[in-house]
Amino acid sequence: MSTTKPTAASPLDAASLRADFPILAQSIYDDRRLVYLDNAASTQRPRQVIRALSDCYEKTYANVHRGIHWLSEQSTDGYELARERLRGFINAASSDEIIFTSGTTMSINLVARSWGDANLRAGDEILLTTMEHHSNMVPWYQLAERTGAVVRHIPISDDGLLMLDALDELLGPRTKLVAVTAVSNTLGTINPIRTLADRAHEAGALILVDAAQSVPHLPTDVAELGVDFLAFSGHKMLGPSGVGVLYGRRELLEAMPPFLGGGNMIGEVRLDGFLPGELPAKFEAGTPPIAPAIAMTAAVDYLENVGVDAIHAHEQHLTGYAHEALGNISGVHIIGPPPEEKAGIVTFMLDGIHAHDVAEVINRHCGVAVRAGHHCTMPLHARLGVTATTRASFYLYNTTDDVDTLAEGLEITIRKFRRK
Amino acid sequence: MVSEQDEIYQERILDHYEDPYHRGHCAHATHRHSETNPLCGDVIQMELQLGDGGRIEEIYFDGEGCRISQAAASILTEYMDGKTIEDVKKLSAPEMLELFGPKLSVLRQKCCLLSWKVLQSAVHSPIDGSARDGSSADGEATSNPAENGDDAR
Repeated sequence: MSTTKPTAASPLDAASLRADFPILAQSIYDDRRLVYLDNAASTQRPRQVIRALSDCYEKTYANVHRGIHWLSEQSTDGYELARERLRGFINAASSDEIIFTSGTTMSINLVARSWGDANLRAGDEILLTTMEHHSNMVPWYQLAERTGAVVRHIPISDDGLLMLDALDELLGPRTKLVAVTAVSNTLGTINPIRTLADRAHEAGALILVDAAQSVPHLPTDVAELGVDFLAFSGHKMLGPSGVGVLYGRRELLEAMPPFLGGGNMIGEVRLDGFLPGELPAKFEAGTPPIAPAIAMTAAVDYLENVGVDAIHAHEQHLTGYAHEALGNISGVHIIGPPPEEKAGIVTFMLDGIHAHDVAEVINRHCGVAVRAGHHCTMPLHARLGVTATTRASFYLYNTTDDVDTLAEGLEITIRKFRRK
Repeated sequence: MVSEQDEIYQERILDHYEDPYHRGHCAHATHRHSETNPLCGDVIQMELQLGDGGRIEEIYFDGEGCRISQAAASILTEYMDGKTIEDVKKLSAPEMLELFGPKLSVLRQKCCLLSWKVLQSAVHSPIDGSARDGSSADGEATSNPAENGDDAR
């Protein structure tokens, strides 16, 4: 997860990539260009991914790993090809270590329920950070309620960086798991995962990484990072909604009990019980998200053609540009670290204007889509002493024109509510 | 530009936000309730002093949040001053949206309806030691759904 200078020119021709995304070609509210800056919530998809979905339904769809017939073979091949492509995308050792889930949330819950229930005891500790998304907090609070384990948090500095000095006190023999986001969905902060993995392992703990905001935007190599579990979602990386991945080291996944019970996950079922199946089927009970998973091959193809390194450099260019453009507007306050420390996420507040009112005005006047609220990080907002913020988040199809339109929208917002 | 018909931040709304009707507290409140909109953290509190026959002798709101939620609370407070708890219970959600005025998207309707929900609950929420309950609970006060926005995965 390298960082480049934010002022460097973008290596991407975002304007021409944009032509691959039909949804972005629309005008909304009659005549406004759609400016989509809500990519941390969900990205859009190129026609290649949409075509992969429709091809699946028109030509090859059947249930997977079931029927002895031509369509089922086609679907199974496509489904397993996607697993292999995603393995390569994050450099896992084996495609058995790629579990298809419904998304990051389910991936994390799977680990909490399966590994957590089997391994945690009262008094054991789970170490999170203050900046986690609710989906990397609540499953651990639930696990703590079931087992009597204790949840602790790595604090953050005022500018949104993890305070690693606190690890000496927080990591100890009772720590069983460190669960941390690779990139904050609110601050954009890029966390030092390799360092955290080393520190966790030195303490005898495992590390789970919420990679929902990193796998789509930064080169990710699970071997190089040395992580035990890594979770991400298809819909945040140009893929369909409804599919995600849990990566887990093979020896860990093999030792874990199944999470959901049902078809496909079994080795054998008798009237007096069952034997679980092999990886990865053991964790894929029931009919999986077949077409969304198959279409992930097209998403990975697209990202690899553009180059994830180039995407990251492009987003840092936009982030630096946005910090400058928004920083020039009186009354705008950006939270989080400087552009060189973060991914393509710019979150801010406007003096005296609630985030919902900001989002409403820039949407109606300028066609700009942003996120307003707490972004599923209420503890982080409490730490920063704010209830709601506005977030612009970038992807490969965004341009400096988009940032200019955002800045123009903020000027309009400020003028509109400055009446007296 | 946004047409006047589509403009939700009309002068009347901004006036209510900047110069609200009865923002604060009742001198002798008998009923009180507050709620948060989990979507955005908007908070509204309603305080009532109920008199004979369920008449609203005094009504105040307090809270913080977006212009829609705060203006709606001001509009509702002004409308209900001097009316009765029967009037409160009769006011439906669509009528509250109509009272507010500008047409709102589904998400912003939640901002507008927060004060309405809080008031529906407030008439059933006597403050400890105060003389009378508004009436028995009749289920009209709706629960607060945990709508959590678009970052759900």
